[in-house]
Amino acid sequence: MSVVAIAPLRLPARVLRRTAVHAGLVAAVLAVGCLALMLGDYRLTVGQVLGALVGDPGPAHFVVVELRAPRWVLGVLVGLAFGVSGALFQTSLRNPLASPDVLGVSQGASAAAVATLLVGGASGWAMTAAAAGGGVLVGVLLYAVAWKQGTTGQRFVLSGIGVAYLAGSVVGYLLTRSDVRDAQAALTWMTGSLGQSSWQLVQVLGPVLLVLLPLAALLARGLDLLQLGDDRAASLGRRPEVVRGGAVLLGVLLASAATAAAGPVAFVAFAAAPIARRLLGDGTPGLAASGLVGVVLVTASDVVAQHLLPVDVPVGIVTGALGAPVLIWLLARRRTS
Amino acid sequence: MTTTAPAAPARTSGAPVTPQTGESEGTARLRRRRVAVVVGALLLLALACAASLAWGARDIAPGQVWRALVDPVAGDNDHLVVRDLRVPRTLVGLVGGAAFAAAGVLLQGVTRNPIADPGLLGINAGASLAVVVAIALGASSIGAYVWCAFAGAVLAALVVHLAASLSGDGPTPVTLALVGAAFSALATSAITVVLLTDQRTLGEFRSWQVGSLANRSLDLLPPVLPFVVLGVVLAVAAAPVLDALALGDDVAAALGVRVGRGRALVLLAVVLLCGSAVSLVGPIAFVGLVVPHLARMLVGAHDHRWLLGVSLLLGPSLLLAADVIGRLLAPPGEVEAGLVVAVLGAPVLLAIVRRGRVLA
Repeated sequence: MSVVAIAPLRLPARVLRRTAVHAGLVAAVLAVGCLALMLGDYRLTVGQVLGALVGDPGPAHFVVVELRAPRWVLGVLVGLAFGVSGALFQTSLRNPLASPDVLGVSQGASAAAVATLLVGGASGWAMTAAAAGGGVLVGVLLYAVAWKQGTTGQRFVLSGIGVAYLAGSVVGYLLTRSDVRDAQAALTWMTGSLGQSSWQLVQVLGPVLLVLLPLAALLARGLDLLQLGDDRAASLGRRPEVVRGGAVLLGVLLASAATAAAGPVAFVAFAAAPIARRLLGDGTPGLAASGLVGVVLVTASDVVAQHLLPVDVPVGIVTGALGAPVLIWLLARRRTS
Repeated sequence: MTTTAPAAPARTSGAPVTPQTGESEGTARLRRRRVAVVVGALLLLALACAASLAWGARDIAPGQVWRALVDPVAGDNDHLVVRDLRVPRTLVGLVGGAAFAAAGVLLQGVTRNPIADPGLLGINAGASLAVVVAIALGASSIGAYVWCAFAGAVLAALVVHLAASLSGDGPTPVTLALVGAAFSALATSAITVVLLTDQRTLGEFRSWQVGSLANRSLDLLPPVLPFVVLGVVLAVAAAPVLDALALGDDVAAALGVRVGRGRALVLLAVVLLCGSAVSLVGPIAFVGLVVPHLARMLVGAHDHRWLLGVSLLLGPSLLLAADVIGRLLAPPGEVEAGLVVAVLGAPVLLAIVRRGRVLA
């Protein structure tokens, strides 16, 4: 935790483990990616996939590049955004329960998207835009309520919960007063699904992440210090309220963008950071590792959802079912140090 | 209620020492304030009960309501509405609201996390899963849901506690919360699978899930009431333990509190209270979240007996008020109490946050 003081002694082992964890996660991402591109009605070999990717024309090219790749890439982007967003919330607010669901971002996005679907009768891009707007609106509301000459994590979290329940009751109202079939469509969206993936969607979400993720990386050091407490962080030259305010803002934007693209994919943002932190085992926030865990969780779940289950289910069903045992296992394995 | 609160306890909790004014005067003022709050909360609750009996889709004069209670005439429709519809939902609201609020105080105390709500231990998810399975298998009455929900809630809490105990650190607040959330995610996955493949179940479940006091009969209460009473007794008995736990596990242990046993006792009370409440009115966890915050603002954070007492009065007041408003919004239909609770409670929570008097 206090990297500053003990770094010289423990550096080699720490660095080794961090590198190994990151390398392992990247390998897992690539392996899952390979599977995602190979599996399907038209089964391909690794060679065919690689050939298609480097530009060999042929039937495999269309299947890989036009049909399967956009879905996998969207899964990567969404997982990355949710994973980093959850890590930003949990570390900056110092609350292991903080996540886009708890802070109301998911519910705000859901309320807007479900209203678009059930009241406006629109879907597709209209829902995407509404979800993004709803999520950002919740973020604005959070600041309006919680900001008071800087802000504490506690105030953010509690305001978020209030907003979450408020938006949640809007969703509940709409769901109970709509046709059952429409309610089912809304539920599918709220579970999180990569079903509407396309290169256009990737082209919108990609640049957004290209802007937001580097900004998150800039905050990493400040977040590290924030773990020591506001006073210590301040004495080390970081203004805690600025770091926290920035982290929450980025977290809200990342979660809103990902939710707009795929719906509030269950459990990813909540579980990615605790899983990453237990893999790293050194008490750092681990933004990059959280993002990678998010990617593995989403893309692997989508492979399971598409190919291993008898019926085609939205990815959000599998992320919960897959992530929960992993988290519980990691918690159980840890011995008191 | 009061504009300034000089005697309100310090953030760090501990004994209510006020060095400047002298301890006795400070404690006396705090005591007067607490008694005033309890009296106010009692009045509020009485008002909520009266409103719940008097107002609804059918216009019934107050005199008629009174006669329906003390001297009912068989066959009189007004009397029938009061006795068979309004009295049961008022009583169910009383029990459910009180149980949720008390469970909230206990959970926020034992986890030392101000955002802990009764859904935290997977209780709501477990109850919901059980109800979904019951509906899918053919159950279709509130009476049948009650037992399923209660069994699901208790089972979920057991599983979560067991899984949390496996961890190297034992069932600490953080592991409990994480395992509870993980379990909830698992259960939600299962629920969603059923709901997406079975429209009839979705149609039934969505109205149970938002939480409501409608269509509850008096038969629901007798089987649940003993659990609620036992839960409240345990809660009151465990209150001093929570006061000590607020100072941290180590300090509590140094004060002679057996931390593990105390925590288990509190969790048992939470399961009983929350399981009963969910089975009666559905997963309206927000009551258990917002009421303890309101109570802390009114009577201070460091004495859990007062917190419990005030919450036991405010919880049902909030739930009944939400129910009455929901009835009056769109007669002859109604908006479910679970939805109105959020609309009533969220602004209260935001106002508490805004005033910067969050005590945890």
